[in-house]
Amino acid sequence: MSRVSLRVANLRVHYRTLRGDVKALDGATFTVGDGEIMGLAGESGSGKSTLGKSLIRLDGRMRHVEGSVELDGKELPIWDSARMNTFRFREVSIIPQYAMSAMNPTRRIGRMVAELVESRGVGFGTVRPELERRLDLVQLSRDVLDSYPIELSGGMKQRMVMVISTLMNPSLLVADEITSALDVSTQKAVAETLVSFRDRGYVKSTIVITHDVSLVYQIADTIMVMYAGKLAEKAPTDVLVAAPRHPYTNLLISSLPEVGVRFSEKRLTGIPGSRPSRLQPPVGCRFRDRCPLAFEKCVEEPPFVEVERDHFVACWKAY
Amino acid sequence: MTQPDQAGPDPGSAVGVVPEERVAVTPVGPAAAPATVRQVRGSREALYFALRNKKLLAGLTVVLLFLVVAVVGPLLADHGPNDYVGPPAQRPSSQYWFGTTTFGQDVLAQFLYGVRATFLVGILGGGLAALIGMLVGFTAGYRGGVVDEALNMFTNIVLVIPTLAVLLIIAAYLRVRGVLVEALFIGFTSWPWAARAIRAQTFSLRSREFVDLARLSGVGARKIIFKEIAPNMSSYLVMTFILLFGGAILIAATLDFIGLGPTEGTSLGLMMNNAKLWGALQLGMWWWFIPPGLGITSIVGSLYIMNVGLDEVFNPRLRAM
Amino acid sequence: MRRYFGRKLLIYVLTFFFAVTVDWMIPRFMPGDPVQTMLSRAAPNPEAYEAMYAYYTNLFGLDVPVWQQYLNFWGALLRGDLGVSVWLFPQPVARIILRAIPYTLALLIPAILLSYYTGNKFGAFAARRKWLDNTVLPLGYVLTATPYMWLAILLAWGLGIVAGLFPVSGGYSFALEPTWSWAFFGSLLRHWFLPFASLFLVGFGGWAIGMRNLIIYELEADYSNYLQALGAPARLVRRYAYRNAMLPQLTGLALQLGVIVAGALVTEIVFSYPGLGYLILQAIHNQDFFLLQGAFLFIISGVLLANFLIDIVYVMVDPRTRTGMRGASA
Repeated sequence: MSRVSLRVANLRVHYRTLRGDVKALDGATFTVGDGEIMGLAGESGSGKSTLGKSLIRLDGRMRHVEGSVELDGKELPIWDSARMNTFRFREVSIIPQYAMSAMNPTRRIGRMVAELVESRGVGFGTVRPELERRLDLVQLSRDVLDSYPIELSGGMKQRMVMVISTLMNPSLLVADEITSALDVSTQKAVAETLVSFRDRGYVKSTIVITHDVSLVYQIADTIMVMYAGKLAEKAPTDVLVAAPRHPYTNLLISSLPEVGVRFSEKRLTGIPGSRPSRLQPPVGCRFRDRCPLAFEKCVEEPPFVEVERDHFVACWKAY
Repeated sequence: MTQPDQAGPDPGSAVGVVPEERVAVTPVGPAAAPATVRQVRGSREALYFALRNKKLLAGLTVVLLFLVVAVVGPLLADHGPNDYVGPPAQRPSSQYWFGTTTFGQDVLAQFLYGVRATFLVGILGGGLAALIGMLVGFTAGYRGGVVDEALNMFTNIVLVIPTLAVLLIIAAYLRVRGVLVEALFIGFTSWPWAARAIRAQTFSLRSREFVDLARLSGVGARKIIFKEIAPNMSSYLVMTFILLFGGAILIAATLDFIGLGPTEGTSLGLMMNNAKLWGALQLGMWWWFIPPGLGITSIVGSLYIMNVGLDEVFNPRLRAM
Repeated sequence: MRRYFGRKLLIYVLTFFFAVTVDWMIPRFMPGDPVQTMLSRAAPNPEAYEAMYAYYTNLFGLDVPVWQQYLNFWGALLRGDLGVSVWLFPQPVARIILRAIPYTLALLIPAILLSYYTGNKFGAFAARRKWLDNTVLPLGYVLTATPYMWLAILLAWGLGIVAGLFPVSGGYSFALEPTWSWAFFGSLLRHWFLPFASLFLVGFGGWAIGMRNLIIYELEADYSNYLQALGAPARLVRRYAYRNAMLPQLTGLALQLGVIVAGALVTEIVFSYPGLGYLILQAIHNQDFFLLQGAFLFIISGVLLANFLIDIVYVMVDPRTRTGMRGASA
């Protein structure tokens, strides 16, 4: 992990609703290195999807409030959709959550890709050989280019979208819940594909957004855990899983079932309580109400600081 | 989607428009969250938005206005619509607000009775079509399989038949026809698009978790449809009914205009028929043919706009626009 | 794909069968002697009455078994024999109808094609600009809520009588005889324009609104989001959205056919335009059952045929039907 590829500073993105602003992402500061795969984990509503999406395209209701994003030393103007367009696909790309329905159902896939790249100023003829090589890599027959999306299975569509999204060798790839709709064996294949893309240099840094920690454990170099719009912990994978410092991370890890362990031997513990409102978030540490270690100082919001090399935590008990 | 007497809205709730699996923009009901809690909050939230939606309010106001006219109007008229009361072909005056026909009938009286007949036929015909549409749509969507195939075939056949043509034959033989017969006819022929749309929605709701739960607890099919599926589609059902209502009014107007409507009484379509027949155009008697058409256009137009408003209320994604 | 067409054809054949059967059944199940009932209403002169009575009794074949009557009916139908008109006795119904059909088609086909094309384009365009959308939407809803005949009446009165720009009755000027001349053709056009415009406008409103709604839906679909996330220009996204929105619109066209035909018929009535609609009005006034029956069969056949044509076009346009993995539902 040499150079820093992505640098995010104090990013705040809110959703406009009629009842006020939902503070979906409330101050994120982190970096992702060149060649690093960072897992972004958290429950639904933690802000991980918002973070991922805001790096490439803000949809109608999202509003960039504060913060900066820097990729390869250049600033990403995420609040300005028109200016952001030059970066999309070429430097920043996304494998969306809805990969199953991401392709136009009434267009042959090859034709759609051709029209897409041509519209971005790249001749299809020039990318076609590379496209075919990549199809081979993910074990998709070249015939898929002549097929319609409906003729492909879920896993095939997923892989196709992965190929399309990484065709221009982006510096940053955001993979948003790419395994949620798949069966376990396909999940493994997809995860491995992601790693192979990085290994072959097709993408520089990857952010894998998921609620499935056990999946991201297999492929990520670093894992960042979010809770209620804020960053809770970020550390290299083995460190995070073996010795997490944040109580939330700890509970998250221990709520995972282990293969071979029976329920009678070790009960699964969930995390009691429910998420705080993101419309009017509580003062201080957001996890306070559900945290078994909470004490008086927790009414003051803990900063996200580096406690040991490459290990960041936001918890008073962890420093 | 054009005159929706044989088409519907959709998507998702798209569009508001129609036919096929993507028949129209269909508003998807509230998610499978705890049904009771969500529903209470949902209906309060819906009311909040409903009271603030301009289209809904404007449309509803106009329709209610006409409804009042329909109910109260004829009671206030001094004479029947077809009575010969005044000098023929009079322009609107303080005595006859809408003027008189070539026979000296009071156009205003005709209009008032006509609006009443219009509403009657619309509600009866639209209501019947809605009932049949729901019956066929729910059954086909919920049961699936052979039942679905058979009902589909049936729906398609009724769909394809141009209803006007059928009515020609029937009307040629029925000497005396009333509003009820007309409403029955409209009801029996304009339900197919609604059945299709409801079936599509039922299909998607059928596979939701809360329906599975109900099925697992042994609740019968009919109860599931009434208690789980229908309430989640209630907004959609309301919108479908409104479209059927509007469509029925238009169909009735067309039938009346050709002379295949009720043989007694009057209606807005019949007014236009008579006006055309007795040369109102050539004689420049605009007060005879403008009010009825304007009435129909206003009522149906308001219904459509109301529908758009309702769509926005129930489908949050459209509200941002 | 064969399955798709197979199902469609089955529906059309069944429908035609059903329609013809209903048509055959109705006079036989009404109380009284059907021939008597019909003839008494028409009240022609005594000799004609005798001739017609004999003819119709024979035609109805009331002296042969029911099933044979049914088969005879089909036989006559397939020979193109739709009976003889009561009102315009002794002209054969088929001939009367064929005289009127060109006028109706001249209204229907251009109006449908033009309003469909322009309405869709306009609706798609309106979805792009907010100010346009705000004016188009209410206008479109008003147009679509306007009953066909009222718009026809308004146009006839406004542009025809008040402004005197167009004639309001007949297919061509009463002073002219049909010839291959410019004058006659010009007269045809002038008489054709208002009814055409009336049909066009109502249709236009409906298609514009439908397309606008569909386009908005398509622009929010996953594939649109994906393209935009990958930086595709709005042009490309719009093009895909439009093409995808056309599919339900096409199906909508098939569904609307019955309505549009009805609209054409009433429009003709308003303008006394000598097409099928005007013919039907006369037939109703004169209680001419055979003419009505002929018109009925003609309309049904026409609509079924048009439906079939649209099905063919749909298969060409929606690639999913061709792959056979999921045909468009019948």
